[in-house]
Amino acid sequence: MIAIGLEGSANKLGVGIISHPGPGKPAQVLSNIRDTFNAPPGEGFLPKDTAKHHRSWFVRLVKQAMIEAKVSTRDIDCICYTKGPGMGAPLQSVAVGARMLSLLWEKELVGVNHCVGHIEMGREITGAHNPVVLYVSGGNTQVIAYAEQRYRIFGEALDIAVGNCLDRFARTLEISNDPAPGYNIEQLAKKGKVLLDLPYAVKGMDCSFSGILACIDILAADLKANPNWRDPITNEVITTADLCFSLQETVYAMLVEITERAMAHVGSSQVLIVGGVGSNERLQQMMGLMARDRGGSVFATDERFCIDNGIMIAHAGLVAYKTGFRTPLEESTCTQRFRTDEVFVNWRD
Amino acid sequence: METPTVPPEPIVSQTSSTPANLPQILTYPSKTPPQLITQGAEALLYKSTYLLPTLPCALKYRPSKPYRHPILDVRLTKHRILAEARVLVKCRKEGVPVPAVYALDESKGWLCIEWIEGEVVRIRLNEWLRRRKEAGTEEGSEEEELVDLMGRIGSAVGKMHGVGIVHGDLTTSNLMLRPWAKGVMNGHSSEDGKGILEGEIVLIDFGLASQSTADEDRAVDLYVLERAFGSTHPRAESLLKEMLTAYGKSFKGANVVLKKLEDVRMRGRKRSMLG
Repeated sequence: MIAIGLEGSANKLGVGIISHPGPGKPAQVLSNIRDTFNAPPGEGFLPKDTAKHHRSWFVRLVKQAMIEAKVSTRDIDCICYTKGPGMGAPLQSVAVGARMLSLLWEKELVGVNHCVGHIEMGREITGAHNPVVLYVSGGNTQVIAYAEQRYRIFGEALDIAVGNCLDRFARTLEISNDPAPGYNIEQLAKKGKVLLDLPYAVKGMDCSFSGILACIDILAADLKANPNWRDPITNEVITTADLCFSLQETVYAMLVEITERAMAHVGSSQVLIVGGVGSNERLQQMMGLMARDRGGSVFATDERFCIDNGIMIAHAGLVAYKTGFRTPLEESTCTQRFRTDEVFVNWRD
Repeated sequence: METPTVPPEPIVSQTSSTPANLPQILTYPSKTPPQLITQGAEALLYKSTYLLPTLPCALKYRPSKPYRHPILDVRLTKHRILAEARVLVKCRKEGVPVPAVYALDESKGWLCIEWIEGEVVRIRLNEWLRRRKEAGTEEGSEEEELVDLMGRIGSAVGKMHGVGIVHGDLTTSNLMLRPWAKGVMNGHSSEDGKGILEGEIVLIDFGLASQSTADEDRAVDLYVLERAFGSTHPRAESLLKEMLTAYGKSFKGANVVLKKLEDVRMRGRKRSMLG
C-alpha cells in the first residue's frame, strides 16, 4: 500500500510518499522532500507569511514528490495530512491542499496527529520496540510512554518548548535561521568553554524554559555592553559561543533528567528521541551517557526524519488507514490544539 | 527507484548494566555491609550501620551524572542535598513526623538519615484490601481501620503543610507506617493481628520537596496524593474524603487549600497543547 503525506504545521512544507510492502517488511520511503520558509536573522516566522509560502509551494512539491517516487495517482491508497497541533494558518493551507487532492484524485483522507507521526516514524526507522520517547521541537517538549492504546505524556514543558527557547535566543543573537536557528546555536556552542550559571527548572517530570530564556537574554545584553567580560575563576574571555554552550548544557541536562525519571518510572531502558531538536548531536550524546548507565540504549534519527517531514505523516496515516481509520471530507479540519494522548492507538498491542 | 530505509545504528547499545559505585563513605568498615534498598532515577538508598553499630541509618546517595557538565552536576547535587536536609530539619523541629537528619556531605553527594521501621502505606494497604477481599467482607463495612488510617494520613500531610513545606511527590510509597512507640499506644492496639493499618504515619523521600506556603502548591500535593490513591488502590479511593476532612482540621488555612483543590482537580495536569 502507498500513501502520500502532507505536513505543514510550522515553517516546513513536507511531502513524502511511503510504501508498506506487506506484513513483516520494512516501510519504504519512495520520496521525502521539503521546503523551509526562513525568516531573516533576528525574526521568527509569522503564521501569515508561512501559510503563503506553503500555498505557493504545495503543488510544486507534490508534483516533484510524485515524479521522484515514480508513482501515478492510481497507485496512491490514501492522502494523509497533519490535522494538528501546529500554527493555525499553515495547517489550514495544507488541509485545503489535502482536500483538493482528495477530490481531484478521488482518494480518502487520513488526518494525522503530528506528534504521533514523529513517534511512529522514529519507531519504524530505528526499530526501537517500546521506548520512552522524548519529543523535542520548536513547538513541543514531551516525555511520552505507550500504555493501553495511548501515547501517554509523562512529562512536558509547562511554558515554552525547548526549541522555541533556542530559536528565540538565536533571534536575540541575530544569527541566521538557515538551515535552522538551533543548528547554528549548536555550531557556536561547539566553540564554547565557560559554563555560566543559568536557572535549572525541573519539577518532577515537567520542566520550564521561559525563565532560562529571560536569563540568557540578560546575559547576552550584558555581554554586548561589556565585550571584555571575563570569567572570574578562569579569567577567560566570555563570548557568545559560551552563552550558546551554557544554554545547551543546561536545557539538555534538564531534558535528559526528566527522560531518566520517566524511564525509571515505567521500567524501560530504551529511549527514542524525535523532533527537530532531536537532531542535536550534544543532546544525543548526553542521552547516550545516561542510557549507558542504565544499561539501555538511545535511538535517534537524522534530520530527514527528525525535522518535520511529509513521510512521517504518510507513515502514521497509513498505519491508521490499515486499521480502518478514515477522515471524511466534512471532518477534514485542522486544529492548533491536539494532544498526543487524544489519539486512540489501535495499531499497537 | 525505491530506496529502502536503512535503520541507523543505535548510538549506544550496551546491554550490560554497570552497578553504580558505592559512595566512599560506605566502603569504610562497619558492623554490617551496606544494603541497597531502592534505586530511583536520581538517588540510591542504602541501609547502613556506619555511624554506630547499634544505629541503623538510611543513606541517600546521589551519584554524579556523567551526562551533565561537571560544574552543573556539582551545583545541582549540592543544592538538592542541602534543600532536602533543610526541609527535613524544619519538619523535625516543628514536630512533623519525618526521619531525623544524622549527617551529610553535600560535596560527596550523600545524606544520612534515621532508619524508619515499618512498611510503606502502599504495601500495607494492598495487603489489607487483599485480605478483606479474601474474607469476603463487603466493601463499605468494617472500614473503621481504613477510615482511621486515612484520617492519620490527612493530619500528617496537613501538619507538614502547616509548617510551610510541600512534599512534591506524595504517593502511598512515600508514607511509612511506623509501629507505635512502646508504652504510648494512644489507645491503639495491634494484638489481634488485624492491625496492619496500625502505626504512626512518617513522611519520607523529600527529594522533590520545597518550602512553600502557597495554597496552589499545597493543593497540587493533595491532588497528586489523590491520583496516587486512584491509580494504585482504586478500592480505597472512596475514603479520600475522610483524609480531606482530617486535613481540613489540621491547620489554619487548610480549608482554603481544599477549595483550591477543586480548581486543581478541574484543571488536572492536562494542558491544552499549543503548537
